[in-house]
Amino acid sequence: MIPRYQIYLFTFLLLASLAMGAALWHLRGRAHQRLLAGQDSAPTSAPAVAPAEQAALLVANDSDGSILTQLHSLPLPADPGARARAVLGKLLDLYAAPDATHPVPGGANSVMQVFLLPAPEIAGAVPVAGKPKFADSRTAVILPRESRSVTPVSPSQDAQQTGPLLAVVNLTGKFAATHPSGIETEMLTVLSICGTLRSNLPRVTQVRFLVDGQQRATLAGHADLTRTFLTSDLLTTEEVQP
Amino acid sequence: MDNLGAGYVLQVRLEIRCLSTACNWALRGCLLVCVLAFLASVAQLVAAQPAPPAPQARFVVVLDAAHGGNDTGGRLANGQLEKNFTLAMSARLRSLLAARGIQVVTTRDSDATVEPDKRAEIANHAAAHACLSLHASQSGSGVYLFASSLAPADPTRFPAWKTAQAAWVTRSIKLAGVLNAALLNAGMSVTLSRTSVPAMDSMTCPAVAVEITPELNAKHDTIAGLDNKDYQARVAAALAAALLEWRTEDRQP
Repeated sequence: MIPRYQIYLFTFLLLASLAMGAALWHLRGRAHQRLLAGQDSAPTSAPAVAPAEQAALLVANDSDGSILTQLHSLPLPADPGARARAVLGKLLDLYAAPDATHPVPGGANSVMQVFLLPAPEIAGAVPVAGKPKFADSRTAVILPRESRSVTPVSPSQDAQQTGPLLAVVNLTGKFAATHPSGIETEMLTVLSICGTLRSNLPRVTQVRFLVDGQQRATLAGHADLTRTFLTSDLLTTEEVQP
Repeated sequence: MDNLGAGYVLQVRLEIRCLSTACNWALRGCLLVCVLAFLASVAQLVAAQPAPPAPQARFVVVLDAAHGGNDTGGRLANGQLEKNFTLAMSARLRSLLAARGIQVVTTRDSDATVEPDKRAEIANHAAAHACLSLHASQSGSGVYLFASSLAPADPTRFPAWKTAQAAWVTRSIKLAGVLNAALLNAGMSVTLSRTSVPAMDSMTCPAVAVEITPELNAKHDTIAGLDNKDYQARVAAALAAALLEWRTEDRQP
């Protein structure tokens, strides 16, 4: 014979359990609704379209080995890194065009990222009179091996700082694999990229290259990509309209 | 009587010993005089003969056929690989230089992979007077000559491996000028420039990268492709003539 108080206690506990289960179910539903409300991706403000600006692109020409400045109008973001990527994308789009003077397949998608870092001081990198393209120095340059450790320069930082910048251009492996092989053609690509960065971001004084986020010995078997390129003593080029 | 006889014998023996000692000293003196006279005559002979001419330093050229093995280089016309073209040019140029009495060291004689550092090691061990790194490309026109883009620097006892060429850049540019003149004399289009190519920046000798591309006319039509044997022969002959000229300049005081 079960005592009466035990029957009441059991009934009370059972009802309490059911009530708690119902409350839990209800709270779960509310939490789900709240979560869905937080992930609402409907646009709340119109996307800001960067205004079109004049960008000076240093375009290579295989026929005479020259690099000439061309002025193009394209939307340029305010963020320096995105701006650098935009101008390089336009430059590589010109090279991927059928009538390109320096044909290189790939186009704008060949530039994965452009990181802008405070430029390290390089000993012995003094420009020399009469040197046609770039001075070279391999000393005292420590490049982050992974993009995680890179601290990009934000627009606010850019406004505050006025020091020279090192641009790290991360290219795709496909771009390097399909790039025409040859000392002259590879150097024209590298120099035009460096010159274009210098023209549109005057604070960029040094450029380094990565391919798929890793350091690579050469672009397509010839041009040395392990070095730091100095943009300070680039040849003066003639400015022409496209 | 016996005592007198013994004393006489002792005196004779003492006299003989004194005589032999004197003779020994006399003989030694004669020997010394003879040696001195011989040395004096040899010295006179040597002084009388004219000094032999100093042997001329050997003139060594390093030919670096770029790429090889797994590194095929670029793809040229008719499917030819750059590594095969540079090896063929190296062999052709080697025979031309050897025929002119120039000692040639090559970085590879077969389709083998040679790392850039190894190429520089070979050139540096050879103590070369000139080093040509041979390349080829399908893009461009004529022959391109590249000296290192390193800034010129004074020679140091222990140069840094990656920038060892800096002390030789001035001589490399001069060598590029001699090559340029010879190629222009052969009627070829030549472009002089400077670049950074692995291996060349570590060489401690006058070094120039030679990139051979098809010969085009003003309308960019091909006059002679890279597979044209006559074109290859003309380029090789011009390079050999330039190296002969370089040897002449190198030996001038």
